[in-house]
Amino acid sequence: MKTFSIGGIHPNDNKLAANSPIEQFPLGESVSISLSQHLGAPAEPIVSKGERVKCGQLIAKASGFISANIHSSVSGVVKSIAPHPDIIGNMVPHITIDVDSRQEWIDGVIESNEILREIHLNPKEIIERIAEMGIVGLGGASFPTHIKLSPPPGKKAHFLIINGAECEPYITSDYRIMVEHPEEILIGAKIMMRALGVPKCIIGIEGNKRPAIEAIDGIASLKYPQIKVVPLKTRYPQGGEKQLIEALLGREVPSMALPIDVGVVVQNVATALSVYEAVQKNRPLIENFITVTGTSHSIQKNLKVRVGTKIDSIIEKLELPQEPLMKVISGGPMMGKAISRLEATTLKSTSALLFLTAKESKRGEESNCIRCSKCVEACPMGLEPYLLNKLARANRDEDLEENMVQDCIECGSCSYVCPANIPLLDTIRLSKSKILKLLRSRPKK
Amino acid sequence: MSSTIFITVAALTILGFVLALILYLVAQRFYVKEDPRIDIVESILPGANCGGCGYAGCRAFAEACVKEEDLSSLFCPVGGNEVMAKVADSLGRAVVEKKAQVAVVRCSGSCENRAKTNHYDGYTSCAVMASLYSGDTGCSWGCLGHGDCVAVCEFDAIAMDPTTNLPVVDQDNCTACGACVKACPKEIIELRNKGPKNRRIFVSCVNREKGGVAKRSCAVACIGCYKCQQACPFDAITIENNLAYIDYNKCKLCRKCVPVCPTNAILEINFPPKKPVEEKRVETL
Repeated sequence: MKTFSIGGIHPNDNKLAANSPIEQFPLGESVSISLSQHLGAPAEPIVSKGERVKCGQLIAKASGFISANIHSSVSGVVKSIAPHPDIIGNMVPHITIDVDSRQEWIDGVIESNEILREIHLNPKEIIERIAEMGIVGLGGASFPTHIKLSPPPGKKAHFLIINGAECEPYITSDYRIMVEHPEEILIGAKIMMRALGVPKCIIGIEGNKRPAIEAIDGIASLKYPQIKVVPLKTRYPQGGEKQLIEALLGREVPSMALPIDVGVVVQNVATALSVYEAVQKNRPLIENFITVTGTSHSIQKNLKVRVGTKIDSIIEKLELPQEPLMKVISGGPMMGKAISRLEATTLKSTSALLFLTAKESKRGEESNCIRCSKCVEACPMGLEPYLLNKLARANRDEDLEENMVQDCIECGSCSYVCPANIPLLDTIRLSKSKILKLLRSRPKK
Repeated sequence: MSSTIFITVAALTILGFVLALILYLVAQRFYVKEDPRIDIVESILPGANCGGCGYAGCRAFAEACVKEEDLSSLFCPVGGNEVMAKVADSLGRAVVEKKAQVAVVRCSGSCENRAKTNHYDGYTSCAVMASLYSGDTGCSWGCLGHGDCVAVCEFDAIAMDPTTNLPVVDQDNCTACGACVKACPKEIIELRNKGPKNRRIFVSCVNREKGGVAKRSCAVACIGCYKCQQACPFDAITIENNLAYIDYNKCKLCRKCVPVCPTNAILEINFPPKKPVEEKRVETL
């Protein structure tokens, strides 16, 4: 099986929720929808307090080039437009909507579950529709999808890659949608192929998700010959764009370049599904799939949750035991973020809620670097994390730039393997953002 | 045998002279004419190379002093007025006096005033912590308490108070070089005029949330209630984004704003104890 060539680790995959079918999470009393759910400037609200909104109604418009529309995930009355803490405790403007009992959808949305195979729109209309429906990349970075599907002038895409690697331990939401909605994902991929004008599409899925490979390959080989399913050797961070492109095509994305520079566009499977819903069913992105998991309790679920649902209400409804829990992580254990405010709400890109006990989340005590070079072996970008960490602590910016700190993908493999428990990624991440700022401030040649 | 020694000595002597000649000619050809005043100015400067003046070091600052006609935009915070007067004297330029400044920490969120809401166990650095999340208390604006400001101070002028876990500035050692101001990721530390008899008044809070939210997260947060602004007879207080700010150039240190603050967010430093004020503070605490 294929995989990327340098670095990588193989943590215990702990896919505990893999066999739990997707369940609809019931609506609460209210939702608070963040206006900053994508990379780039926050969206601007277009509704006012007291206004009645329907499910799927546009409530905030994209502002600026890299931005995405935001739609109401429920029908009800706008209660307030005010700052509310996000998962890391920053106050971000949110639109809070009180849920009513009617749950009306806006006109034009197809609510049936019937699979619509015919694609009627032309490429330009597809991209417009995706922008209108507020689709963002659901793999983690929340980059607006319509921008990714419109390559800058002079660059052309030759391949579309659908990322079904889901290399993070614990998370199973992508796996479940691949098993339960394989054909929708394939149609979503076809829509994006048409938008980009590319003839070929590859879906990369890790080998530990056999049923997903079978489900998608079974339909693709019969009905969609342009789409190829490629099984990959299970290895973290396979789902990183650059790693996935190298694993599937053998092409290396140069430093500071984007996948489009080697003629590739990468989209997540969940994004493909939401593109299908947007283009074929006129459904904006108001729901996403969240894995709720952890080793300390028996509750292992894959939920379909409306955007803006409070995280503490999910904990309450599922009756998760409070006692041995210590840390709640949004996303996976490798790249996810610890939630410091449980009153924060889910975003379009929330993929998992992982509950860790005090024992699991405890960091080991830091000791001196013993120069074992495990971090160098683990780094999928071929960097030297032990060196970057030293340079970062000494603020040696020029040396950091020379040693390519800007190429770090923040996968955390170095911190994971370090036998001295050095928080390598913490210091490297900070200097990476500093160096990137420095590089961007320089005039382009 | 003796001829070998003779040849060696002669060859080395000739070689030495030839090389000396080359060096002399090169030095003449590529001589960089430097203003001798730069050396004089540099010898006056403290030589701390702290960068507080905005230049790379004392030498660069001396070069700038010699180059600029007007010294008003240049100031050595370490040497202060005394050194700048000497510099101006040696260059024969007008003396520009600046009021002495000192760093102040605008956060009083000790463990008592601001309860911890979560536990941080990452790398102990404010900059790293701020890049990860808003902090381990309910206030996303306040001091993170890992002492990045202490680490950058070249003058031993700032230290963490172990009881409050907040940095404390030693006003005698502080040279107002501004290194801590730059190091603080939350922009809490500000350079303010030292004031007559080292007396100064400032709002010890940077929380820009609405009053209720700010008060809930910290007992001594500025809630933007406008009471201090109304009490100020000199228009020195402005309120922006739910946060009061005292302009130190306008403030006449009358202390009228201090007792009216409902959360005791305004601090007065080095004033003799004033009875009614003290009583009120004790009551609310």
